[in-house]
Amino acid sequence: MSEHTVKSYDEELAHLTNILARMGGMAEAQLGAAIQALARRDDDLAQRVIDGDGRIDELDQEIQTFAVRLLALRQPMAGDLRQIVGALNISGEIERIGDYAANLGKRCLVLNHLPVTAPVAGVVRLAELVRGLVKDILDAYLERDVEKAIRVWSRDEEVDEMYNAVFRDLIDQMTNDSGTITASTHLLFIAKNIERIGDHATNIAETLHFQILGTQPKGLRPKGNTVGAPE
Amino acid sequence: MTLNVVLPQSSTKVRATALDVHYGDKQALFGVDLDIRAGEVTALIGPSGCGKSTFLRCINRMNDLVEGARVSGSLTIDGSDIYDRTIDVVQLRARVGMVFQKPNPFPKSIYDNVAYGPRIHGLAQDQAELDDIVMTSLEKAGLLNEVKDRLLETGTSLSGGQQQRLCIARAIAVEPEVILMDEPCSALDPIATAKVEELIDELRENFTIVIVTHSMQQAARVSQRTAFFHLGKVIEIGDTEQIFTNPQQPLTQGYITGRFG
Ligand SMILES: Nc1ncnc2c1ncn2[C@@H]1O[C@H](COP(=O)(O)OP(=O)(O)OP(=O)(O)O)[C@@H](O)[C@H]1O
Ligand SMILES: [Mg+2]
Repeated sequence: MSEHTVKSYDEELAHLTNILARMGGMAEAQLGAAIQALARRDDDLAQRVIDGDGRIDELDQEIQTFAVRLLALRQPMAGDLRQIVGALNISGEIERIGDYAANLGKRCLVLNHLPVTAPVAGVVRLAELVRGLVKDILDAYLERDVEKAIRVWSRDEEVDEMYNAVFRDLIDQMTNDSGTITASTHLLFIAKNIERIGDHATNIAETLHFQILGTQPKGLRPKGNTVGAPE
Repeated sequence: MTLNVVLPQSSTKVRATALDVHYGDKQALFGVDLDIRAGEVTALIGPSGCGKSTFLRCINRMNDLVEGARVSGSLTIDGSDIYDRTIDVVQLRARVGMVFQKPNPFPKSIYDNVAYGPRIHGLAQDQAELDDIVMTSLEKAGLLNEVKDRLLETGTSLSGGQQQRLCIARAIAVEPEVILMDEPCSALDPIATAKVEELIDELRENFTIVIVTHSMQQAARVSQRTAFFHLGKVIEIGDTEQIFTNPQQPLTQGYITGRFG
């Protein structure tokens, strides 16, 4: 889009995008660290993820305040309006992703101190898939790339399928070795949280579509079969 | 008065087809096609000089009064051509009222300002009926309470916002079908503006309203349809909500987001 007649308005919109980019980068890093903590049973790293969440919440607050200020002072229209409302929306989604990453850190600490462990490879694979989606959707945001957003959006199904497989494996694990029930239950919750992060990436894709084109993505939201899985 | 006819929505009241306007050598409108729906408020927006007022003045043939102005193409109200030679222009201007940017009450009493039109058009049989028209019009314009004890004071003694509502009362007193407003709030403070906007919203039940405004927010607040003019052409017309959230033309987007103009 070309420049505003009022320069400072452009600067403010760019500022909003910058905070959001920083926030997204942080959430992605938090998620990556949480996965590593889980894979390597790393207490220190898990603790750092837990401690790091406050910073994302602060940025979310900053975006809310700044966006409301822009709405009040600039009375944005059309593409600008969608950009600002979209930023509010996306900020909320990223904030939730951050919360889930911190939650992963907490469960990781618990897992690491259980007397009996359970294999984490499936959950880690699911988490890597979702982290890829989060990364792609944040790139799509920065590049204002609708195509990329749609690709993320349609991959939510893949997440749901892998989640179902992980879910079944964990149930089998518990059935076969009742000693792992506690660990596997934690892993079930972790898997569910990761699947939720995927949903938030999908939400961001929808918002991005609306931001750029002014419409929702066409067709029904892709949904894998989550029957039999806990909500 | 018989103002309480509720107009059917979405039927075309005013239709411009391939409308060109020249002022001498200078062309101000280029092949404008525009439908104005009955019972709705249509906002005309666009940068200064793009032809909004020119278009508005075509609808009541005010351009006839402008030296060197030529109108071609067609403009119909309820399907009949208002530029037809058999049309009585005085009668037409009674059907199509106008409210201007600057409140322009006559230097007469508040009462006479409103009674003026009905008198020259012979709308009242007797004094009682004229009184009734004046009171009803002031009431509909949301001004009655403020002026009912001072009807014989001059219109110019009112505040700017009251004067504008007086002009609206004057316009509706002759029971027009269409009301044209050219930046009616540009001289008003936010409270007076809000009152006029509220009034516009109430009036659209009975009248078809076309309003020119430079305030995007005002267009968004009061209108159902918005047309964007640029360099004498209609670039885009659509539901107001769509125009302000998701305009289809880059020029419209550029203008309403303050990127040019
Ligand atoms: N009486 C006139 N004689 C000659 N040219 C005129 C006359 N009235 C308008 N024009 C020209 O026609 C074009 C359209 O003018 P118009 O007043 O319709 O624009 P507008 O959209 O109402 O602008 P604004 O927002 O500034 O009121 C302009 O270029 C203007 O200079
Ligand atoms: Mg004008």
